[in-house]
Amino acid sequence: MAQTSFEKGPSPVPYHREKDFLERMRGNWDLLLFCLPGMIFTIIYHYIPIYGVQIAFRNYKPKKGIWGSDWVGLKNFTRFFHSADWFVLVRNTLVLSLYSLAAGFPVAVILALMLNSFRFKKYRKVIQAVTYAPNFISTIVMCGMLLLFLSPRVGVVNNLIRAFGGNTINFMAEISMWRHIYVWSGVWQGMGWSSVIYFAALAGVSPEYHEAAIVDGATKFQRVLHIDLPFLAPTMTMLLIMNMGSILSVGFEKAYALQNDLNLPVSDIIATYTYRYGIIKSDISYSSAVGLMNSVVNSILLITVNYITGKLSDNALF
Amino acid sequence: MEHTRRRHMRRARGDVIYDTIIFIILTFLFLLVAYPLYFVIISSISDPIEVAAGKVTIAPVGFTMDGYKEVFKSKTVMRGFLNSLIITVLGTSINLLVTIPTSYALSRPDFTLKRFITLFYIITMFVGGGMMPTYVIVKNTHLLDTWWALVLPGCLGVYNMIVARTFFKTNIPIELMEAAKLDGCGNTKFFLYVVLPLSGAITAILCLYYGVGHWNSYFSALIYITSREKWPLQLELRNILVLNSMAQTNRVMTEAELLEKKRLDALTEMMKYSLIIISSIPVLIIYPFVQKHFVKGVMIGSVKG
Repeated sequence: MAQTSFEKGPSPVPYHREKDFLERMRGNWDLLLFCLPGMIFTIIYHYIPIYGVQIAFRNYKPKKGIWGSDWVGLKNFTRFFHSADWFVLVRNTLVLSLYSLAAGFPVAVILALMLNSFRFKKYRKVIQAVTYAPNFISTIVMCGMLLLFLSPRVGVVNNLIRAFGGNTINFMAEISMWRHIYVWSGVWQGMGWSSVIYFAALAGVSPEYHEAAIVDGATKFQRVLHIDLPFLAPTMTMLLIMNMGSILSVGFEKAYALQNDLNLPVSDIIATYTYRYGIIKSDISYSSAVGLMNSVVNSILLITVNYITGKLSDNALF
Repeated sequence: MEHTRRRHMRRARGDVIYDTIIFIILTFLFLLVAYPLYFVIISSISDPIEVAAGKVTIAPVGFTMDGYKEVFKSKTVMRGFLNSLIITVLGTSINLLVTIPTSYALSRPDFTLKRFITLFYIITMFVGGGMMPTYVIVKNTHLLDTWWALVLPGCLGVYNMIVARTFFKTNIPIELMEAAKLDGCGNTKFFLYVVLPLSGAITAILCLYYGVGHWNSYFSALIYITSREKWPLQLELRNILVLNSMAQTNRVMTEAELLEKKRLDALTEMMKYSLIIISSIPVLIIYPFVQKHFVKGVMIGSVKG
């Protein structure tokens, strides 16, 4: 990825022999100093933990440290796959992730297309400003609002239901509702902001296409469908691949905030499970093993989806 | 002549229908997003009993500022607010100190290690140790229960770094550097006296991305911060907004407990709406001014030099 999409054009400094390297370094060694602080912290807090993943294969004891704890091989992994939890966890995580993607992805694209073809520019600006706003609300506040609105006693939604003669619903305790609440509140919060990238891409559509289509008698709807939408295909593919790569890493923050004992059968996902075992129960090695399994599956998905899209179109990521 | 006019008319009619439908849908979406936000605002200044009874719909009922007074009286919330301000300022400063020089160096086509360091960061986007190994390292470096744990591990956001690097690539022409070099100006001087003064826009964008991130996050604090007096606001909010509403779904209580809980419930219920507003104030204040910068950031990022 790095080589293909970020580095373009040859370096202006000619580069022939090995000996040149030091010579050229001398010219801009201070640029390395610019990068050093970030690199040091990244090594300590990102690369060393990658090496530290081996605690998943050990029986970690804080006193013995990462490298001194006993090697237990795949014991932690077999324990996870022998437990009753793993199927439920993987299913919950996958369902939540795919459902979010299936709901949020089209909404963002359609919103961008609608905004782009909207006639009233000033009103459009207002709509954009308002729909972007929820993106900057914190997860906790978002969940707080949800719980307030859906509260069985004082919530607006239940007030409405009661006004129409319905029965009070305790939303957060309904197993069948939890996923819909999670996903659609996410769409509510994110649709505006995720449409920005498509809206920006649409600015690149040459007006000549539209002019030519108008001469040919195309309606506005036809133009949106046959000019604007195909133009977004590369952006959509790129984002789809990126999303597929993180399909098992559903965000911890929101799922955890909306979790309670009653909805746990559908709301327990890999991230919250890892947290519960690692931080609360201090079962660090086991928790690391579950986390590691999660990342491995993510990488496989990312590579597979990238490979498939590469075969089907020219839009593969790397 | 007649023919073209008719075609023109027909097309226009189709477009009018399209425009009307789009207008209706977008207005609906606008209200769908705006109304809940508006509702929180009017509920925060209404009588909590009226809110709970569903009387508050389009205008505040029984105007009162008691909710806000209650929030300002709460020591934990105020302490959390202050903590979050400190964490945000500290974190964002470190982020900027690390990100800007790095992205500038990586934007220079003549920097020998550019490829290597870019790859070094790109890898971190896809490969990571996970929650527990990182936790163990944070613990071993004695950052546990300090604000540094919230700030140092994520001192450079790769996405933000790419945005900044693209900005430098397009806005600082290499010719400028070459001219300065001829006049005997080194990289550091050039960075301090030429690049930094030209990077106001990107600094603003980074400040906002990082700042909002620090202000809104609770995950790191949940894991790393154990003593309550160091909690950021989001964790205090979690106690009031999330855990409190959860508590009512289980557990059987005694009569006395129930009464005490009822009193507390009314109090917290009143606080919740105003709390949402107050905790969002820093973001709300800057949002109208900076919305276009945020969007600009996404656009720079999506071009990917």
